[in-house]
Amino acid sequence: MTGPDTHTHAHDHGDHDHDHDHARTFQPDIEDSPFSHYQVMAEALGELLIDKGVITADELRSQLEWLDARSPADGAKLIARAWTDPDFKARLLKDVNAAAESVGLSAGDIPIRAVENTPKVHNVIVCTLCSCYPRGLLGLPPDWYKSREYRSRTVREPRAVLAEFGTVVGDDVEVRVHDSTADLRYLVLPMQPKGSEGMDAAALEALVTRDCMIGVSLPRSPRA
Amino acid sequence: MTARFRIGDVVRIRRAFPPGHVRTPYFTRGMSGVVDSVVGSFHNPEDLAYGRYNDATLPLYRVRFKQADLWPDYDGPARDTTIVDIYENWLEPAEGEQQ
Repeated sequence: MTGPDTHTHAHDHGDHDHDHDHARTFQPDIEDSPFSHYQVMAEALGELLIDKGVITADELRSQLEWLDARSPADGAKLIARAWTDPDFKARLLKDVNAAAESVGLSAGDIPIRAVENTPKVHNVIVCTLCSCYPRGLLGLPPDWYKSREYRSRTVREPRAVLAEFGTVVGDDVEVRVHDSTADLRYLVLPMQPKGSEGMDAAALEALVTRDCMIGVSLPRSPRA
Repeated sequence: MTARFRIGDVVRIRRAFPPGHVRTPYFTRGMSGVVDSVVGSFHNPEDLAYGRYNDATLPLYRVRFKQADLWPDYDGPARDTTIVDIYENWLEPAEGEQQ
């Protein structure tokens, strides 16, 4: 059915009566706005792959379910572990996907590389061409990550962008922008915040935010 | 396919504007940088985008640029850099100091 229900009616909800006009009170459903060209193409491609037996509807559904279930908590586990386990940190810097698998997490099939912040280098991730993002470890990207403004300005004036996120990087520190345009994805390994020494894994993980793994921010302070 | 360039090599991104699905950002074209790492070999996305599947692979590099080289009016410190993933078909050898 398309279009809003336009009848008005009076009915009894037990403890109260009211009149309302559905033409005014309905919010539009998803189907009420026209599909874009690319939405139609994506729908058509999915249907064709299923019709031709390349994938099953359940495989498509379960892959979407897997993607939707990813969250920055997985990335935070890896970062917190790297802070306390030098051997794990070395493995993370060598091969993020393998390091994730070694602790029971799946980072997905696309190779992810960790880039380490140091007192001399601050890393920040962008995909200037589209929205490439380490979804296997951070989940779906925030809307601003996909915006034209973030994508263009992060390479053009990274320090100004960082400052708008509340992150001021000193002139004695190199700002290193990583443009993930190809077959790799990136994850920032931030420095462990001062005052968090000796905290247990769960407490450390709570300091590691999505944004500090993108590099637009720093981990939470343990005193905050 | 054997990688033609090594870490530290100075390379220039071809200044070319072909049609199609190209992963080399405009702001790098014609610019010189340094090979930061040799990532490995991958299928060329310029082919994959059009369903051209074959066994051929292409070395992929991470090329490091000085921000001040990319943007003549860059007002941040000279040490700031951008690293971009670029396939070998876009690279040519260049003269210059190692950065």
